[in-house]
Amino acid sequence: MRIELVKRPQHSALFSALSPFIALGLTLIAGAIMFSLLGKNPFDALYYYFIDPLTGIWDPGNRWQLHELAIKAAPLILIAVGLSVCYLSNNWNIGAEGQFIAGAMAGSIIPVMFPGFQSWIVLPLMLILGMAGGAAYAALPAFFKVRFNTNEILTSLMLVYVAQLFNDWLVRGIWRNPEGMSFPGTIRFSEYAILPQIWPDAGRAHYGFVFALIAAVLVWFMLAKMQKGFEIKVLGQSPRAGRFAGFSSGRMVFFVFMLSGALAGLAGISEVAGPIEHLNEKISIGYGFTAIIVAFLGRLNPLGIVAAGLILALTYLGGESAQIAIGVSDKAVRAFQGMLLFFVLACDTLIHYRVRIVGATAKAEGAAQHV
Amino acid sequence: MPAGNRKNITGGVVQTTLEPSGASLLEVRGLTKIFGTLKACDSVDLTIGKGEIHALLGENGAGKSTLVKMLFGSLEPYSGEIRWNGEAVKISSPSIAKKLGIGMVFQHFSLFEALSAAENIALSLDDKTPIGTIAAKAQALSYSYGLPLDPYSMVGDLSVGERQRIEIIRCLLQTPDLIILDEPTSVLTPQEADKLFETLERLRSEGKSILYISHRLEEVKRMCDGATVMRHGKVVGHCDPRQETAASLARMMVGNEVQAVVREPVEGMDKAEPLLEIRGLARKPATPFSTPLRDISLDVRAGEVIGIAGVAGNGQGEFFEAVSGEAMQEDGATIRIRGNDAGRLSITGRRMLGAAFVPEERLGHGAAPRMKLSENLFLSRYATDAKAFLGAGGLVKEGAIDTATQRIIEEMDVRKSGRDPEAAALSGGNLQKFIVGRELDRRPTVMVVNQPTWGVDAGAAAKIRQSLIELARSGSAVLIISQDLDELFEISDAIAVMHNGHLSKPLPIAEATLEKIGLLMGGAEPGHADHSMEAV
Repeated sequence: MRIELVKRPQHSALFSALSPFIALGLTLIAGAIMFSLLGKNPFDALYYYFIDPLTGIWDPGNRWQLHELAIKAAPLILIAVGLSVCYLSNNWNIGAEGQFIAGAMAGSIIPVMFPGFQSWIVLPLMLILGMAGGAAYAALPAFFKVRFNTNEILTSLMLVYVAQLFNDWLVRGIWRNPEGMSFPGTIRFSEYAILPQIWPDAGRAHYGFVFALIAAVLVWFMLAKMQKGFEIKVLGQSPRAGRFAGFSSGRMVFFVFMLSGALAGLAGISEVAGPIEHLNEKISIGYGFTAIIVAFLGRLNPLGIVAAGLILALTYLGGESAQIAIGVSDKAVRAFQGMLLFFVLACDTLIHYRVRIVGATAKAEGAAQHV
Repeated sequence: MPAGNRKNITGGVVQTTLEPSGASLLEVRGLTKIFGTLKACDSVDLTIGKGEIHALLGENGAGKSTLVKMLFGSLEPYSGEIRWNGEAVKISSPSIAKKLGIGMVFQHFSLFEALSAAENIALSLDDKTPIGTIAAKAQALSYSYGLPLDPYSMVGDLSVGERQRIEIIRCLLQTPDLIILDEPTSVLTPQEADKLFETLERLRSEGKSILYISHRLEEVKRMCDGATVMRHGKVVGHCDPRQETAASLARMMVGNEVQAVVREPVEGMDKAEPLLEIRGLARKPATPFSTPLRDISLDVRAGEVIGIAGVAGNGQGEFFEAVSGEAMQEDGATIRIRGNDAGRLSITGRRMLGAAFVPEERLGHGAAPRMKLSENLFLSRYATDAKAFLGAGGLVKEGAIDTATQRIIEEMDVRKSGRDPEAAALSGGNLQKFIVGRELDRRPTVMVVNQPTWGVDAGAAAKIRQSLIELARSGSAVLIISQDLDELFEISDAIAVMHNGHLSKPLPIAEATLEKIGLLMGGAEPGHADHSMEAV
């Protein structure tokens, strides 16, 4: 017996649009099963994951919860918008986590090494350095792919661990705060190096969320209305037709990797200069990987990604509240996110293909059947 | 008289067999296959007698391949009956077809280029015979049928004709009673085809039956004892091709008279200025199995249509990529367009000089399958028509593109559903009309087309050919690469032949004969084609 995927002659436009919602529903069902297997009441668990973080947001005193959501969503959206451009052009950048860290490190050069340099220009320089750092780090797998034809999935993923360990070495070594009680981490950034909060009275959401929204709109406009967006889609869908059009696939690899690297780097420096206020060894809670899920859940459309980023940010907040309230491990969040990606991809596949189970080959190989 | 007795069988089927008994080997009744809403085969009847060469005629998309796939077990019929030696059978997989005694030689070979001929044959046999035995058997068989074959040669090094021999030998090793040949001569030179016909006659004399799929009417008239003609999934007639004329067979295939292409000869063409000049073009093979190009020189003058003939796989694809600029040259003067060095220009640069290109593959090369026609228009014209199609900062002007798209659709009579469908939703012929129309709409000064009408129905093909001739007569240079000799003779002012990466001197159409071109296609006097042509 073997299972085959047979392409459907037409795929339903309705189900294509519904696909992310079906995937969400299936994730909730599978999540409920997972929690009952863990011995928790599944309804309680789902309540703490998806409802509790949002209760009371209409109460002005509890607005901080929305701010926390924005803080978690900002890096997810920024990174996922860049990744969507990569994926649309058929370049599989899995290393956004590394580019996020590279951006955070590059952007921290000024406040850590020149703490005496205090001026309004420090913050813009940091943001630019962060983007440059992320872009440069993403240019490595792009170069390997164009020059040596290596698989960018492997190289970009492996470079994540290089960036993580290098950052670890920095904050425990030469960049460690001498007055930090031996904790890994740099000195606290000066006030000129801190990304301001949007409404400081209501909560601590910083301008990183604004960057995310601006990036989403700009990239959407590029994809939908500009020649560059057309180029990205053609080279992604049919590379040979792209070459016939005169588009260079090598230049495109660099463009999409460096664009997504720059956005991941911007997310990295915004995180460090925003809520964390210094560089340490655990600046990311897997944003670069979760953003892959965000990109697909948002159907590789920057506007869809904004919504998807908010949903995934909610699972982070929900994970925390569920951990406190009913004591499920924080690893459950990762399982949740993994299931979500699984169901999104499965739904998309089954919308375009149907499953056919072919009978035992022994039977098919048998003698001619006379009817 | 090889055809033996003719006798009429029920249903008006004229059948000719060698043996007076007239026993039929294969009988198909009411076979139907439905894909979605399309009836690819609509209650098809077919009878093949023992020792008969039976032709299956029809245009592309008439349902021939679907029918054959059902006979070979790769597709399951929706309804209908297949009788083999008088007994109803269900052919649910190719291995069952093989066991019954049905062998097939595919149009597109299924051979591994990096393996030897014997290894390729061994792969298709189910039993575990040692490779040495297979090689010896294959060699003996190949010589006895006059198709000499070295079983240890690497497939990648073999010509297309030789590869076809492997397929035929592989099929014969299974001692089939019925051999299905799908467009076998479309990849052969006329001389290689003659050789194939001898083999087929020999097989017939041994009592084997052959189902011969083709749209080449002369061949069918020459070889086949009976013919079944299909159109739009239905059988439109059974006939004896020897009693028909090529024109009457064509009428049955197409359903109406195809408008003949008109080509008015022009005087003084050799004095016109060359718009496309190729000097000493060479190209190393990009992959181990592509053909290197060697020292190709050619001029195409204003007002002229030059055809390039050749058996598939002799460097035509590589040549097209080199001329179009998808593969660039080191020396700019190798290719000149309208007197400008273009060798170091990309395809976009060459388009800006007034050239236009239509590649062989429609889906995935000439057009992006999942993109709308308007987007596919933008694909090849965003640079040349930047003024009309692009706004400030690379903004795409969808309105202007849409207008141009509808203009081309109307001009080329592109049939489609919806206003602006995806390229993959169009039939092959209609998409080709659109792709050719997309380039003609620019009024290019140099037009290079690879396989303009491959897989296109006769009506659309005539339209495309006529429009290419008209483009040339309006003062452009047109270069056409094709494997269809009839097409080249119909539209070219001169024909050059590509063989093994080398291009012969163009032969003016008045001097060109099928035989001369065929000899060149087979590589007669390789490397000295220039001198031999001067002698002619």
